[in-house]
Amino acid sequence: MYGTIHITEEEYGHFAEMLRQEDPEKLAEFEARIERGEKIEPDDWMPRLYRKQVLRMIEQHAHSEIIGALPEGTWITRAPGFRRKMALMAKVQDEIGHAQLLYSAAETLGKTREEMINDLLSGQSKYSNVFNYPAKTWADVTVIGFLVDAGAIINQVTNSKGSYGPYVRALERICYEEAFHLKQGHDAFVALATGTPAQRAMLQDALNRWWRPLMHFFGPPDELSKHTKVLTKWKVKMATNDEMRQWFLDQYVPKIWELDLTLPDPNLRKDPETGKWEYSDPDWNEFFRVINGDGPLNKERLAVRRWAEEHGRWIREALAKPDKTYVTPFA
Amino acid sequence: MKVVSLDPRVARLEFREEHWHHQRPLRKGEQWPTYEVFQMKKRGTQAVHVGIVHAPSPEIALAFAKEQYTRRGTTVRLWVVPSDQIYSTAPEDEVIFATTPEKIHREPFAYKVKEKIERYKKIRKA
Repeated sequence: MYGTIHITEEEYGHFAEMLRQEDPEKLAEFEARIERGEKIEPDDWMPRLYRKQVLRMIEQHAHSEIIGALPEGTWITRAPGFRRKMALMAKVQDEIGHAQLLYSAAETLGKTREEMINDLLSGQSKYSNVFNYPAKTWADVTVIGFLVDAGAIINQVTNSKGSYGPYVRALERICYEEAFHLKQGHDAFVALATGTPAQRAMLQDALNRWWRPLMHFFGPPDELSKHTKVLTKWKVKMATNDEMRQWFLDQYVPKIWELDLTLPDPNLRKDPETGKWEYSDPDWNEFFRVINGDGPLNKERLAVRRWAEEHGRWIREALAKPDKTYVTPFA
Repeated sequence: MKVVSLDPRVARLEFREEHWHHQRPLRKGEQWPTYEVFQMKKRGTQAVHVGIVHAPSPEIALAFAKEQYTRRGTTVRLWVVPSDQIYSTAPEDEVIFATTPEKIHREPFAYKVKEKIERYKKIRKA
């Protein structure tokens, strides 16, 4: 989950109540604006539900960028050769930059960066589940760079057609930079796939381990239900999780198979009749277990972030000017 | 408590118990105020607003803006302005600009003389 939304039955009841309390005239004006294809800007009137969901989506996306830099960042020193090191350093710096852009966009909705970071560090806010899995070998880094970033691009390009101006602006810059991430990932992936038998075996092993987290990447199935209908109308949610998963499989499974690599799912195939991909149940229980904190690396990822926050505190305090007051940024 | 990690960097951090829990929440303002960033990409073009950075001073805002907004392509100059120094029209005042596109008397395409000249030339010949 980068910026995807999963809504429970319980939350939906709460939403319906929030919607009932809105001024119907203002709500109609707001919806007409979106219908015309206009973007919503920070100071515009917006339903509380819109503010809450857009904020949650952008915030989770920002956290995913921050935490997502960890599995790759730790491989910079061990990347094979200067060219790969330079590419990986540039990519990791981009990811942190993306987090900053996204936090900025989220701030325009009235939550401070401190509050967001606090919610990440306390475990209250979520980030993409895919980063709770370990990068054991260099081949894992190539799978992340190629396939996790491919998934991220599908998600981000989809979301960039959304209605909230600051998020759209941030995503435009992000998508432009991510194109390089995907290309360098594919390049490193192909280098192993077309290399020695040992390199191919290492890559196949990494693919086997990453396939399930990749199938989880877009989140659990969420057919357009009453839960997501209003968010779709408001152009907060631009595609269902299953639609994005299908686009991913359609574009990237052939690129894996053409290198004679295999995927650990005997039922994975494209139905020639429907044009849809079929696959085994990727165990959504595992997805929910990991997102609720019980994944292989949830604890370590957050502990690293807390360590960084603690150790950076003295310099933030030393430089701070207490008389400076915070105002919400403009755009 | 020592963490067993695959990752040599993490293994070297020697986490203490406190890193398993978020114990000292950030205070409001601890991440510093924001500056609006303007970038001039080419000589002879306008500096354009590209986003914000959080920074404790204008000098550091410029350094952060360089890291954040100039990683690719060309840049000749950056400006930063404290966000609280920006004055903006209110969103509900968008209507004051609404009729501008209708003021075509301000546009060159509202003035068409070719037909008149052609007609004049015809009459003159005759």
